[in-house]
Amino acid sequence: MNLDPNETEQAFRTEVRAFVEQSLPDDIRQTVLNGRELGKDDYLRWQRILHQRGWGAPGWPKAFGGTGWTALQKHIFDEETTTAGAPGQVAFGLHMVAPVIMAFGTPEQQQRFLPRILTGEDWWCQGYSEPGSGSDLASLKMRATLSPDGKNYVLNGQKTWNTLGQHADWIFCLVRTNTEGRQQAGISFVLVDMKSPGITVRPIIMLDGGHEINDVFFDNVIVPVSDRIGEENRGWSYAKFLLGHERTGLALIGQSKRALKRLKMIAKFEQANGKPLVEDQRFRDRMARAEIDLTALDITMMLLLSVDESKPLGPEVSMLKIRGTEILQVLTELTMQACGHAALASLPQALKPGWEGVPIGHIYTPPVAGWYFNMRKLSIFGGSNEIQKNIISQMILGL
Amino acid sequence: MNLNLSDEQLALKETLRRFVAKDYSFKTRHDIIHSEEGISAAHWAQFAELGLLALPFAEAHGGLGGNAVDTMLVMEAIGSGLMVEPYLATVVLAGGLVQDAGTEAQKNALLPNIADGSLRMAFAHYEPGGRYEMSQVSLRAERLADGYALDGVKTFVLHGAQAAKLVVSAQDGAGLSMFIVDSEADGVSVRGYVTQDNLRAAEITFNAVKVGAAALLGAAGDAEPAILRALDAANAALCAEAVGAMDALNQATLEYLKTRKQFGVAIGSFQALQHRMVDMFTAATQARSMAILASIRVASGTTEERRWACAAAKVLVSESARLVGQQAVQLHGGMGVTDELSVSHYFKRLTCICASFGDADYHLDYVSSRLLAA
Ligand SMILES: Cc1cc2nc3c(=O)[nH]c(=O)nc-3n(C[C@H](O)[C@H](O)[C@H](O)COP(=O)(O)OP(=O)(O)OC[C@H]3O[C@@H](n4cnc5c(N)ncnc54)[C@H](O)[C@@H]3O)c2cc1C
Repeated sequence: MNLDPNETEQAFRTEVRAFVEQSLPDDIRQTVLNGRELGKDDYLRWQRILHQRGWGAPGWPKAFGGTGWTALQKHIFDEETTTAGAPGQVAFGLHMVAPVIMAFGTPEQQQRFLPRILTGEDWWCQGYSEPGSGSDLASLKMRATLSPDGKNYVLNGQKTWNTLGQHADWIFCLVRTNTEGRQQAGISFVLVDMKSPGITVRPIIMLDGGHEINDVFFDNVIVPVSDRIGEENRGWSYAKFLLGHERTGLALIGQSKRALKRLKMIAKFEQANGKPLVEDQRFRDRMARAEIDLTALDITMMLLLSVDESKPLGPEVSMLKIRGTEILQVLTELTMQACGHAALASLPQALKPGWEGVPIGHIYTPPVAGWYFNMRKLSIFGGSNEIQKNIISQMILGL
Repeated sequence: MNLNLSDEQLALKETLRRFVAKDYSFKTRHDIIHSEEGISAAHWAQFAELGLLALPFAEAHGGLGGNAVDTMLVMEAIGSGLMVEPYLATVVLAGGLVQDAGTEAQKNALLPNIADGSLRMAFAHYEPGGRYEMSQVSLRAERLADGYALDGVKTFVLHGAQAAKLVVSAQDGAGLSMFIVDSEADGVSVRGYVTQDNLRAAEITFNAVKVGAAALLGAAGDAEPAILRALDAANAALCAEAVGAMDALNQATLEYLKTRKQFGVAIGSFQALQHRMVDMFTAATQARSMAILASIRVASGTTEERRWACAAAKVLVSESARLVGQQAVQLHGGMGVTDELSVSHYFKRLTCICASFGDADYHLDYVSSRLLAA
């Protein structure tokens, strides 16, 4: 065993690094690294740049215009782009609906939707959760009834917690097409144009004051049956496929590495007792523990990536999600702690890109508290950490 | 030993409970925090009417002669109602310092006005870059023929922009001293800001601010013991506030566990969540014990006892507040991270309490250092 990258791996890393160095627009890099607010256009610009390089879809097979990379290459790509300050690629189209369309969509659907995801022309959002159906997703109620001529579905109901739905052109939804029998067996997977009459998007303001989630209401929204994926009432299995598809999921290793680097910088800069905070043993130990935890997760990830790719990863992904989210949460908490009471000042204007006012504290201080608050979501979404533990205890441990 | 509240204290507790329930709804608070000033004059007047603003001051100065245990009851109610009025800044900190270190004339001039609600004050002590260190004061007080000139910057002045007068710590030739300064005085510029938990604070710059000799609060160069007492009282008060907030948050979370259904059952039927909830209640109970200890020591302990108890309480209360705050959000699922529910507001207040007037690490350092001394 050794950890030395082989030549191809090293060459690949160098290539990605050089590309990001050269191609990531500086204003976007600054916005990301300084924790400012990213706009829709920032995501789109970066997606176009990646697409031009042929790297628009790191997770897709070549046949669909993807890179055809191995899981390890994807991991390296993610780590390099993230630590350099690139915005994450919006996952809903690229990583969530696209694999489903590839696996279960018709050739027409594939031709119609996939290229526009690659270029960023279509922004997708995910319509799974409902007010009464979060962890228990299969209980979802939003109805899709067939029109008398059998050509259209009529959608009525509500989706919620819809991430960045305010930017979206399309939403993929799980809807109820059958109310009898097993709940899971009455769900269909449909693609809905957000411009359809009858859709209302209402912002949900989060605890940090930001607008990144929404309620989406459906009032007699017409969806052509041809925009259903696969068979009626089989939507649950397509959604499950999606969950199994993500190997590296929410381990957030790139983000945590970036956060740790930033924390180290801040801890050198902040003063405690007339010395840099990093010289405070108590605080330094906390950073050290986070670093150890992150390293353990990183190696765990490498071990998983070394497993033959044809074998689907199962519940191990749950472990990555639990530890990955916990570690990033701790790092954001430590970053806030490092800033002392200056972190308590709320300066929403200081989160806008290009703000050049005088902060309370230092230039890095204004976003830190909101970042910590916002990141509480990590252990709630994508299958809450409690649900992930249920999966591990049932599927791995057999309890 | 008697750990029971007196009849008067029980009555006060009940009055406060009713006040929060009737007059300080989450909606009322919402309107207050989004107002220009960020605090409510009407509610402040009610505080005065209820005698809360007079509570800890001596009867001779318009007060009610209460002590830190009474303050604890008020702060607990402030925590449970997430009240944003400047009780800590005005009554506990600045008022406490005047009562503690002031001359008869200063007490007569200020305390009755605090007590009747007409004067709000704040304590300007921490400085940029000084973190929580109480002795890191570099604001200069230059001796003049007829008084002093103050130069320097104070930060995290709680409710500094809502105060007419400030108690300002400064270095004069003799050492650490305190001055009473009008917020409107020439050379004082106040940059008020909203805090992450929707309170108000300010960064205040003093530029050749002239004050008379009578502005000196306490003996020149001898302010440290009084400041330490005030900061301990503030931390004891914050611990009580945190306890009030944790209780409210635990109640809300318990209610949610009983009513939110997933998989056809109340989520409170999942043992993982039951145990989590038990941990949260245990943490809040232990926090309450330490908040009580701190208040008793502020009321009547020796310096050693007081300092130890306040530091130890802040450590344990901060750790409890972290657990209760984070887990209340977690157990509410998506609802927990919305601005709409009070849950996230309690979580943010608790987070900010932990980061105010010394975080857990800072206070642990003191408790830990006493082991070496023993
Ligand atoms: C910021 C954010 C963005 C999101 N974006 C999207 C999106 O774009 N699209 C989308 O469809 N959804 C999205 N979600 C929804 C997310 O998937 C749900 O919030 C999540 O599934 C939890 O559901 P819930 O909020 O209803 O909580 P609940 O399911 O009500 O859970 C409440 C608490 O109970 C616990 N719990 C529930 N069941 C069990 C059990 N069996 N055992 C132990 N504990 C249990 C949970 O872990 C949680 O702590 C988002 C959520 C957030 C917070």
